[in-house]
Amino acid sequence: MNSKLQTFFGPRVPHEQGGTARWQYRWPTILFTAAALCLIISLFVPYWNMTLHAPQYPKGLSVWVYVNGMEGDVAEIDGLNHYIGMRPLVEAAQLEQRFSIVAISTIALLMLAAIFVHTKWAAVLALPAATVPIVFLTDMYLWLRHFGLNLDPTAPLSSSIKPFVPRVLGTGTIAQFSTTAAADWGLYLATAASLLIITGLYFHRKAYKPLVEKAVISG
Amino acid sequence: MLPPAKPLVSTRWWMITLVLALAVAFASCRDNDAATPASPGEDGASTGLTNDAAAIAEARGLTPDDVTAALKTYVPTGQHDEYLMFSSGGHAGQVFVIGLPSMRILKSIAVFTPEPWQGWGYGSSDSMAILAEGQPNDTQEVLWGDTHHPALSETEGDYDGQFVFINDKAHARIAVIDLHDFETKQIVNNPIALSDHGGSMVTPNTDWIIEGGQYAAPLGGEYAPLSEYEAEYRGMVTFWKFDRESGRIIPEESFALELPPYWQDLCDAGKKVSEGWVFCNSINTEMATGGIEAGNPPFEAGVSQHDMDYLHVINLDKAAEVAASGQTVTINGFQVIPLETSIAENLLYFVPEPKSPHGVDVTPGGEYMVVSGKLDPHTTVYSFEKIQQAIASGQFTADPYGVPVLNFDAVLETQIELGLGPLHTQFDNQGYAYTSLFLESAVARWSLGGPYSTLHPEEPWTLVSKQPVQYNIGHLAAAEGDTVSPDGGYLVALNKWAVDRFTNVGPLLPQNFQLIDIGNTGDAMQLLYDMPMGIGEPHYAQIIKADKLDPWEVYPEVGWDPRHQMVDPNAPVVGEERVERDGNNVEIWMTAVRSHYTPENIQIKQGDHVIWHITNVERAYDATHGFSLPGYNIQMSLEAGETATFEFDATESGVFTYYCTEFCSALHLEMVGYFVIEP
Repeated sequence: MNSKLQTFFGPRVPHEQGGTARWQYRWPTILFTAAALCLIISLFVPYWNMTLHAPQYPKGLSVWVYVNGMEGDVAEIDGLNHYIGMRPLVEAAQLEQRFSIVAISTIALLMLAAIFVHTKWAAVLALPAATVPIVFLTDMYLWLRHFGLNLDPTAPLSSSIKPFVPRVLGTGTIAQFSTTAAADWGLYLATAASLLIITGLYFHRKAYKPLVEKAVISG
Repeated sequence: MLPPAKPLVSTRWWMITLVLALAVAFASCRDNDAATPASPGEDGASTGLTNDAAAIAEARGLTPDDVTAALKTYVPTGQHDEYLMFSSGGHAGQVFVIGLPSMRILKSIAVFTPEPWQGWGYGSSDSMAILAEGQPNDTQEVLWGDTHHPALSETEGDYDGQFVFINDKAHARIAVIDLHDFETKQIVNNPIALSDHGGSMVTPNTDWIIEGGQYAAPLGGEYAPLSEYEAEYRGMVTFWKFDRESGRIIPEESFALELPPYWQDLCDAGKKVSEGWVFCNSINTEMATGGIEAGNPPFEAGVSQHDMDYLHVINLDKAAEVAASGQTVTINGFQVIPLETSIAENLLYFVPEPKSPHGVDVTPGGEYMVVSGKLDPHTTVYSFEKIQQAIASGQFTADPYGVPVLNFDAVLETQIELGLGPLHTQFDNQGYAYTSLFLESAVARWSLGGPYSTLHPEEPWTLVSKQPVQYNIGHLAAAEGDTVSPDGGYLVALNKWAVDRFTNVGPLLPQNFQLIDIGNTGDAMQLLYDMPMGIGEPHYAQIIKADKLDPWEVYPEVGWDPRHQMVDPNAPVVGEERVERDGNNVEIWMTAVRSHYTPENIQIKQGDHVIWHITNVERAYDATHGFSLPGYNIQMSLEAGETATFEFDATESGVFTYYCTEFCSALHLEMVGYFVIEP
C-alpha cells in the first residue's frame, strides 16, 4: 500500500489483539451494516403521510410519500386542491423522486466503505448517510412551502383561501379539512440509521484513534 | 502515553441527548396518529332505559309491545341493516332495495321503466340498448313493465348475492341485474310467450332461470281466433340458460316446453333431493275463454269451476338433454320441445291440485311441494318421494292432451286446514312454514313434518298460530325463506291494501309492508313495523343477509362501461378531451370532475349528428355527476369512473346549456357548459 492510501485507510487491526479486545473493532462494522440495512429497507416503505379529515370523508383521505413516489388518495386530494389552486402533487419533487433510490443507495454504500477506513475519513464517508432524515424533511418542507405559497390566483376559492405553508409534521386546518402530517416507517428507519451511524462512529473513533495516534507516533 | 480520551464523556452525553430528543420526537409523531378522532359510537357507552325513555313512551302513548317493536327495528344513525330485501316494483317496472329491520328504502333499481335519476332510458347508449333489446315488438315502444317475482342468484341452493332476476308479467320478459353495481344488464323478451307470471325463479346453481307463462295464446305471437282456443292456444314454461361468467342469459341455449293451454302460474325449482325437477302451478284447466258480454261465464267464474287444477311436474335435467339433442321445433327463432315429445320422453307429469292454486313452494330440503289453492282453506303438501314412486309405478290417467296425470292420493303427504285464501308459503330455521291468507288477512304459522319434526315443539303438520296483518296479504318473504337454509328471525307481509294504516294521501293508497318477528317458537309472533310502499305495487320479495353482497363503492377503473363491466377503450380520458368533426358527424370526448366538464363550450351546426362520450373521472366514494341536455331529452347519471355515450341529431338550433344534475360540490351550479347550435 502506498503511503497516500495508507494515510486514507489508516492502520489495520493488529493481529495480536484477540478475544474480547477484538470486539471494539467489530462494533463499527455491525452498526454501519445495520444502518445500511435500515436505509435500504426504508426505500420500500413510506417516509411520510398526510391524512385529511372532513365531514364528507368519514374514512379520511390519505397520501403516503415514498422517497420515489406517492400512493393513496392522490387523485382525490388533487381534485380538492384544484379548488384552492394548488398544483397536482405529482409535480412536486420530481427530481428527488427520480434520483433518490440511486442517491440513498450510493451514500449507504459509502457508509459501508467506512468500515474499511480507519482514519477520520471514515466520518466523511459515513456522515452523509446520517443526514437522510434531515434532508428529507427539509426538502418536504420546502416543497410544501413552495406549493402552499404559489396558489393559482384564479382558482375558484382563491378569494377565501390565502396562500399558506402546510405543516410538515403536525396538524393544521384548511377550510373544512383537518390535515395531519406525520413521519412514517421509512423516516423512522432512516432516523434509526442516523443514530446507528453516529454510534458507530463513536465506537470507530474509540477503537481506531489510539491505533492512528500510535501509528503517527511510531511513524 | 496517549492522553485520556477527553472528548469521550461529552460525546456520550451528546449521544444520550440525541436519543432522548429523537424519542420525544417519535412519541409526538405517534401521538398525532392516536389523536385521530374515533368514529362516533366507538366510545359511546351503551346505556339502559332511563326514566326519560319511560316518560317518552308514556307521553306518546306507547305500550310495552310498541317499545319492544321500536327497539327491534331501530337502526341507529350511521349503522347498517342486517338484511336487504329485493322487492318487485309491480307496474312501476322497477326493483326496490329495502333494509331490514329498519324498513328503509335504500334504492329503486330502474329495470323496465325509464328512470331519470339513474339516467335510465334518457339517452345513455347502455340503457337505451338494454331497453331496446327487450322490446316485445317492432311497432310499439314499451316503456314500462309489471315486475312480479325477483329471484336472487343461488349457489347450491343458497343466495350468493351476485345477481337478481326479475320478470315483467305484462310482456313476458326477464331482466338481469348485476349486484356489483345494482344496475340492469340485460332484458330478454320471450319470443313465444304473451305474458309470464311464473318468473323468475332460479335452479339451485342458477344454471337456469325459470319463466312460467300466464295467459295462453298461440305460441310465437301468431293469430288464432278464440274459437280455436283448445287447438291453437298453448301454455309454456321457458328455461333461460344463464352464464354466470358473462352475467348474461344465452337465448340460443335456452328452450321452452309447449304446454296445454292452461294458465300456468308460479313455479319453483326443486332443491337438494328434488334438484333437477321443476314444479309449476296452473289454473284454468277448464280452458274457459270468458265472454261475459256474450252471456258466457266471466273468467273469474269459468276459471274456477274445477275442484282440481294441475301441478306441472317437469324433469328439467332430462328436458335439457332432450333440447340439446335437437328434439325441438323452432318457433319465432326459439327452441321449443313439442308437447308430444315431452310426453313421449317422460318430461312432464300432472298432479291434481285444489283449487285455483297460486303458489307452489318447495321445502328447504326439497322433500315436499307445498301448494295452496286460493279457494280451498287447506294447504296441500306433496311428497317428492311419492311423486317419484307414482311415476315409477306407471299408474296414470291422462289429461285431454295426453299428459300423464298422477293419482292425487298416491302423491299426497298431507293437507292442513289453515284458513281462507291461502296463497304463498315460506320457511324458517325452526321447522315452521308460513302461509299468507289473503281473505283472512293473516299469516299462518304451521309445523312441518318429516325431517323437520324435531326442530319445533309442536306436532308435525299442524297449524300453530296466526298473525293478523293489514290487509289483504299477497306474497310473504321470510329471511332467506325460500333457500336450502332459511335464516328465520324476520318475515315481511306484502299487503295489497293499507286502508286506514297511514295518513290519507288521496284515493291511490300505498301498499303496506309489515315486518313480523318470527324468532320465537309457538304462537309468539310479533308485528313490528308498517312500511308504506308508495312508489309501486310490489308482488314478491326476497330477503338476503346483507354481508353476502359485496358491491363496488366506485367503478373499478376510470372509463368503465357498466353494460359490459369493462373499461371502454374509447372512453374519454383526462388530457385528451376533444371535439372532432367528420362531415356532418361531430364526435365529442368529454370528462367530468368536480366542478367542471372539459370541454365546456361546444359549437356545432344544425343538422349535425352528434356522438358524445363522457367519463366521470372521479375516484371518491359517492362522487356522482349528472349530465343533462335539456331540450334533447338527455339525462344521465355518471357514477365515479363511469363512462357513457349518447347520440342524437341536432335538429333544434339555438343556445342550450348542459349541466350537472347531481349536487356534486359547492360549485355544482357552475358545473355547466354552453352547447350552441348554429342554424
